[in-house]
Amino acid sequence: MGETVASIRDLTMRFGGAEDDALKGIDLAVETGQITGLVGPDGAGKTTLIRILANLLPPTEGSVVVLGGEPGTNRFDLGYMPQRFGLYEDLSVIENLTLYARMRGLPQSEWDAAFTRLLDFTDLARFKSRLGGKLSGGMKQKLGLACALVRTPKLLLLDEPSVGVDPVSRRELWAMVEQLVDEGIGVLWSTAYLDEAEQCEVVYLLNKGELLFAGNPSNLTDEVAGRVAVVTGFEGRRRELLTRMLDRDDVIDGTLQGRSIRLLFDRPAANDAVVLDLDDGSQVEPARPRFEDGFINRLGGGPDGTSELARRYRMIDGGDGCAIEAKGLTKRFGDFTAADNMDFAIPYGKIYGLLGPNGAGKSTTFKMLCGLLTPTEGSGAVAGHDLRTAGPEARRSLGYMAQKFSLYGDLSVRQNLNFFAGAYGLSRGEARNAIDSTIEVFDLGGDLNRSAGEMPLGYKQRLSLACAVMHQPPVLFLDEPTSGVDPVARREFWTHINGLVEKGATVLVTTHFMEEAEYCDDISLIYRSQLIAQGTPDELKRRAQVVAPRLQAPTMEDAFIALVEDRDAAVEKAA
Amino acid sequence: MKEQTEASVPPPQTKRIVDREKFDVRRLSAMSRKEVLQVSRDPSTYIIAFVLPLILLLLFGYGLNLDTGTTRIGLVVQDDSEAAQSLAAAYHNSDWFEVEQARSVAEIEDDLVSGDIFAMVVIPQGFGEGVLRGNAPPIQIVTDGSQPNNATFATGYAEGLRANWAAGRGLEAGQPDGGNVRVATRYWFNPELKSRYSLVIGSIAIVMVIIGTLQTSLVIAREWERGTMEAMMATPMLMSEFLISKIVPYFVLSLISIALCTVLAVTVFGVPFRGSILALFVISCAFLLPALGLGLLISAVTKNQFVASQAGLLSGFLPTLLLSGFLYEISSMPLPIQAITYVIPARYLVPSLQTVFMAGDVWSLFLPNIAALVGFGVLLLFLTFRVNRRSLM
Repeated sequence: MGETVASIRDLTMRFGGAEDDALKGIDLAVETGQITGLVGPDGAGKTTLIRILANLLPPTEGSVVVLGGEPGTNRFDLGYMPQRFGLYEDLSVIENLTLYARMRGLPQSEWDAAFTRLLDFTDLARFKSRLGGKLSGGMKQKLGLACALVRTPKLLLLDEPSVGVDPVSRRELWAMVEQLVDEGIGVLWSTAYLDEAEQCEVVYLLNKGELLFAGNPSNLTDEVAGRVAVVTGFEGRRRELLTRMLDRDDVIDGTLQGRSIRLLFDRPAANDAVVLDLDDGSQVEPARPRFEDGFINRLGGGPDGTSELARRYRMIDGGDGCAIEAKGLTKRFGDFTAADNMDFAIPYGKIYGLLGPNGAGKSTTFKMLCGLLTPTEGSGAVAGHDLRTAGPEARRSLGYMAQKFSLYGDLSVRQNLNFFAGAYGLSRGEARNAIDSTIEVFDLGGDLNRSAGEMPLGYKQRLSLACAVMHQPPVLFLDEPTSGVDPVARREFWTHINGLVEKGATVLVTTHFMEEAEYCDDISLIYRSQLIAQGTPDELKRRAQVVAPRLQAPTMEDAFIALVEDRDAAVEKAA
Repeated sequence: MKEQTEASVPPPQTKRIVDREKFDVRRLSAMSRKEVLQVSRDPSTYIIAFVLPLILLLLFGYGLNLDTGTTRIGLVVQDDSEAAQSLAAAYHNSDWFEVEQARSVAEIEDDLVSGDIFAMVVIPQGFGEGVLRGNAPPIQIVTDGSQPNNATFATGYAEGLRANWAAGRGLEAGQPDGGNVRVATRYWFNPELKSRYSLVIGSIAIVMVIIGTLQTSLVIAREWERGTMEAMMATPMLMSEFLISKIVPYFVLSLISIALCTVLAVTVFGVPFRGSILALFVISCAFLLPALGLGLLISAVTKNQFVASQAGLLSGFLPTLLLSGFLYEISSMPLPIQAITYVIPARYLVPSLQTVFMAGDVWSLFLPNIAALVGFGVLLLFLTFRVNRRSLM
């Protein structure tokens, strides 16, 4: 057992004016020699807790000991990397490092050695004089880490270091931090990614300011041992089957994984196709539980499978044509090509995913297709309307849900609904019906007069979806729709989307959540402005196994990394 | 009355985060260096520090001119006497007027209506006889009331010219003055009464407010918005080190900008500089204290670039422009507004600046003003250090 470098007992945090406590009765300890995970969805209180440890917020109640004293003692031994890395964008890599070295009081005689070590460690030596603002997301993250480490700390606080960074960089960062832990540093790593939690020695799981679980992650997964099963080989539509399974009383959670369905039961898993009322060819096999299963179980299970929103939606019969078509779509900004020759066609009633790291070009492609950017070359069409010649018609036939939930924060929920009904040109009667129905479906009745800005993230996301589909468009564009929301809210969201697609709607979604990609019928993998692979989730995984034979039962993330690495190798060979 | 029974109201935050470190000059120099690098790399710095003063000077020097220059008037001479001709010649010879002469009002009435001329001066019949009798007969001045400013100027100048003429005439004719009071007007320090001078000088005050208050409040708000403030606060840095690191570079930048303004004012606009550079330096430094203090206080309270710029505009820029006395005379403002000007630091700057340029070093006037400026500066900086604590709440 390592040395305890931070401990919290019975901590409560209350912000002036807030109704609920931001943190309630939290106990936590960080020891050297291991990565301590702080896990939970957005708004759970992770950042608040880390800021208290960093002496940036005074706790309301409870005892906090950091590095043997109150927060703020021995600040030279504390490394802290805030969510946005704390870099100065108009300073170069080396200037940022120098600034932090001076601020942390590192003697000048030790600078050269420290900088060389850190630049080597982060592989940033080549970019020494590049300005912070010109670094990629992954590079910024590494530089942020280097700045926090410039004077080797005893306690390192990392606030969501991996958010918005591509999977390759995420894995590199994890490896770097593991190396630090071996050197005897205590690390607190906060994350919304549950797969990262699984790799920690000790995990603290926060939800709405409360500690749901503390301990080794396997203890949580053990709680659902024997209760997870995967259904394969079934006939018919997978979304329909998922809905049916989720509506069963004994199934508390279910997710799509390509052509298979993963189920979590509230009792030992039924491993019999007959019990589950499946067709003859179906196979049911037990599966290894994951941390997320344990989390969902603790939260009391996910939502049911039937979407009330979809039930009320109109049937969309698009025929055999394509709902969305991109032909050689290219966008250049100066001499930088943001999206290069994007080609795909999406039939009606499908979910199509654009998958890739931040800055790869998915948002650019996306914005060209919904008419927010004019392509430099190529053409696109939505619901048969060419974006160049019939832009307004094309836009009218799509619903758009933006990454940051483009609601008006200072308008009330009802005012937002009224506004969007007006903006989509619904008549008075249609608008009234649409709004009433939305209020019922999303259970917004109690919150109509609250301003949208103060709603929790999950509610904002629901409201945002509600506004985007109020005019019942045949095509739906979703830009990072579940970024930051908790797993239950994410499942509820996908229940609605699945239902809408069953009604014939077509969905184009961008995401960097690999598990979300599993819901897609087809995926385009976008990397460095180019489309590097296309296919169903299962096809992409198979292709990944071809280029990286070591992979067994790869996840979507494994497949992504393998394909990207293969691409990099091919580019290097060509050069 | 507020209810005392609200149990759900959280107790007031009594805990404060206490700095345990000692003030460290090396950290301060690290932060200042960083600030200088940022300032030198930000193109908006150059625009605000060098291009903006230039634009302001051009605007105040050429665009905004409170003098009338030459005014086009119509002169109706209805009298043939030598006196009437002499007065008419006086109008013709004046630098203030461009004269269109006529025999009757009807001839040039339309010009007044159409705005070709701003005023009509009528020298009436019998003017010469009146002069011979020894009393200065009145003339008629008709102006275009739809342009009140021009009308007032034209009336004033036309009447002034006549009075001058009459006075000179009285002496020439060797007539005793009797009880006539003669007014001899002499303008000190600005003999040509060029409002441009005082506007150019006033623009220096504006430049100081823009750099000291607006720019400073924006750069700190930017640190909050980009999250760098959070990272810096997690280092052993003290808030006082942070604040001073912001004050020093912008103090220097403001001084450079003032020097530029002064050189331009003197060389391009011909504004005299009768005082000493030392006096100008001391006065500028004294004013920069409240200007920077206000900027820092705004940023400490708002933490948001948009709000900071609005607050800076309302509390710094506009009062300096409107209430400091360089654009509008304070003594001609309504009393309540005059009272307000006493809390506008620029009010104490403008008279000192005007004196140092137009009159010379008058320390008896500078010192009380400098004392007032330093007082405001100390108060604002004190408030800033009180408000700006190491906390993200």
